[in-house]
Amino acid sequence: MSERAKIIAVVAALVVLVLYMQFGATSFVRLVITQALIFGILAMSLDILLGYTGLPSLGQAAYLGMGAYVAAILTTRFGFGLDWTFWLLIVLGFVIGAVTAAFFGLFAIRATGVYFLMITLALGQCVWGLAYRWNSLTGGDNGINMPGRPDFGLDLSNDMNFFYVVLGFFVATLAALYLLVKSPFGRSLVGIRESELRMRMLGYNTWLHKYVAFIIAGGFGGLAGVLWAFLNGLVSPEDVILATSVDALLMVVLGGPGTLIGGVIGAGLVVFVREYLSTVVEWWQYVLGGMYVLTILYLPGGLMGIPERIRQRRAQAAGAVRAEAVSTSH
Amino acid sequence: MLRRPTTGFPRAVKLGALALGAGLAAAPAAAEELRIGFLAPMTGIFAQVGKDMSNGFEMYVDEVKGDFAGAKVKFILEDGQGKPPVNVRKAEKLTRQDKVHVMIGGLLASTGYALAPVSTREKTVYIPSVAAADDLTQREASKYPYVVRTGWTSSQPNHPFGEWACEQGYKKIVAIGADYAFGYEVVGGFQRAFEACGGQVIQKIWPPLGTKDFGPFIPTIREDADAIFTLMVGPMSLQFPKQLAASGNKKPVLGGGTSYDEFVLPSMGDESIGHYSALQYSAAIDTPKNREFVRKYREKYGKVPSYYSESNYTTAQMIHEVMKQTKGKWPGAGKFVQMLSKVKVDSVRGPIRLDELRNPVHNVYIRKVEKKKMHGYDQDELWNTVIKTYPNVSQFWKWGKDEFLKQPVYSRDFPPCKFCQ
Repeated sequence: MSERAKIIAVVAALVVLVLYMQFGATSFVRLVITQALIFGILAMSLDILLGYTGLPSLGQAAYLGMGAYVAAILTTRFGFGLDWTFWLLIVLGFVIGAVTAAFFGLFAIRATGVYFLMITLALGQCVWGLAYRWNSLTGGDNGINMPGRPDFGLDLSNDMNFFYVVLGFFVATLAALYLLVKSPFGRSLVGIRESELRMRMLGYNTWLHKYVAFIIAGGFGGLAGVLWAFLNGLVSPEDVILATSVDALLMVVLGGPGTLIGGVIGAGLVVFVREYLSTVVEWWQYVLGGMYVLTILYLPGGLMGIPERIRQRRAQAAGAVRAEAVSTSH
Repeated sequence: MLRRPTTGFPRAVKLGALALGAGLAAAPAAAEELRIGFLAPMTGIFAQVGKDMSNGFEMYVDEVKGDFAGAKVKFILEDGQGKPPVNVRKAEKLTRQDKVHVMIGGLLASTGYALAPVSTREKTVYIPSVAAADDLTQREASKYPYVVRTGWTSSQPNHPFGEWACEQGYKKIVAIGADYAFGYEVVGGFQRAFEACGGQVIQKIWPPLGTKDFGPFIPTIREDADAIFTLMVGPMSLQFPKQLAASGNKKPVLGGGTSYDEFVLPSMGDESIGHYSALQYSAAIDTPKNREFVRKYREKYGKVPSYYSESNYTTAQMIHEVMKQTKGKWPGAGKFVQMLSKVKVDSVRGPIRLDELRNPVHNVYIRKVEKKKMHGYDQDELWNTVIKTYPNVSQFWKWGKDEFLKQPVYSRDFPPCKFCQ
């Protein structure tokens, strides 16, 4: 598919989604879809690291948590972010995610591979520890109940209004990250993924490239956190646990790393199974587990890799036929 | 945890109805339907407790054949996984998708605090039958007009327990409790009452919820204590007494009710014999009502009921009482809360009425773990023998509502540990 066709496909999918939300979805399904979009933002932010730079981060929930806790603390203590200041809160959430990542990056970027995985895991757990133990600020295990959603002329307590705001941020994130990965900066990230040594030989400051990518990913993670806090109405240490980070990683792997939209598809699937299928059948965990195992065994490129695989198969088959033809002609 | 118990309309029937279309689904519409959403952990470390909860409720519903004074009970169980945010999302599902009349359950205190705002937001009744978070029916009661409690507040049984500890002559006690809201409230209630009658809590230790290895905590218990007060939850209850005994402890052990609940008691060893605890229920209450309950429950589910089972059984009974008054018609959420707060029942745990902040006033039993034969079973088993009954204990104990509510909610830092060094 050409780039143009891909963009058209994404736009068409979003139009279908909006039509479904507006006319088809029940109020519970609306919540689930909004949640999927928010986790889509998180998954895309992680894809910059995992898919494009080759850095498997196991701490992405930390930035989601920072964004969510900032939103919760400011709204409950100061009523900040419940009117037009919501937009400031979004910026703040982004900044806090980015600043946290800038701090963590100093420790994490030095490492690669499994060591990077371990360090990001440890740093993510630090944020969880803060959320769980800093009772006076975070409410500890109880978490913080949000006082409601913002109302700035547009009342976000209406689920549809909130959905459109989330959709707006989703599209903005997708567009921004798309431009990023297509930029020379994005190309050099891919270069680092393919061969960091070669990039360094060519004169690139690979540490700085990775560091900046890490910060950008943290920023969008923080953005997702603010939206998540307002959607769920509760910010709890359970949001920041390792499982959330692992989920984000699996969403990207499931959908296909290095594709942006793959992470979104992964997020959609995981959220659907976790939140919707789990209310219908008891064996939903087997579905989720089975999905992961099958993807890792048979689809190293994730779901987005399926077309490519089919093309390869065909090419192989065609090649085999040609080879046969050549051998019989002798 | 593959099987999810349902009654009224089993899930399979529900799915079948969905598949066959509206024709079949519309058939039983003649009788009024009472849709009850039940939230309990069905997976994760608290799955067994969740099972006890739903079993208790189910048993009552089955006893009356799913018929609450003409209303057909539709029981919808959702797995909250013992995590507050998951419970919130399942509660949204129950209210929005299933349009339940009443939400029941939630295990952890933190889950109670998380679900109450949902009930206000969705204008749906929420009955915390187990979640014992104090403030739901204390300082924050006015924020949650649709919350009415049939269980207990965490500190409730521990106020009389503190006084009882004074009577035993204990002067200095070390408290060790699970590090979350429920733990703070249980330990706080005990500490306040114990210090009011002259005792001293000289150390507070907070292992994280779900701790399996108490090695880092037990050796720090101070030597000069007369007794140890523990508050364990779920699987922690099983580990702690074993490890405490292994450390050579000779001090008397007191515990919050969940530390020796019947949920863990059968799996406990003899090391727990002689430990004391306080709760509004014990399977060893020697009344005909309770004896019958224990027998029936044991026959049906193969184990002795825990307070988790009893609380939900009684909740079902109380809802039934309201439905009797309305002759099976749903009175609306606000009215239902009002009516339920006025219900007085003679339940398995003893007489219950609700106070003005919609929390039960009921008996508190001081219990001692003993190995003996009980209720006509011919085996020696561990039972929570009732050694003293404090009748009609309210959540405010002897302080009265106004004085009690003046102090902040019990927390990690309140009451302050004045005698700690």
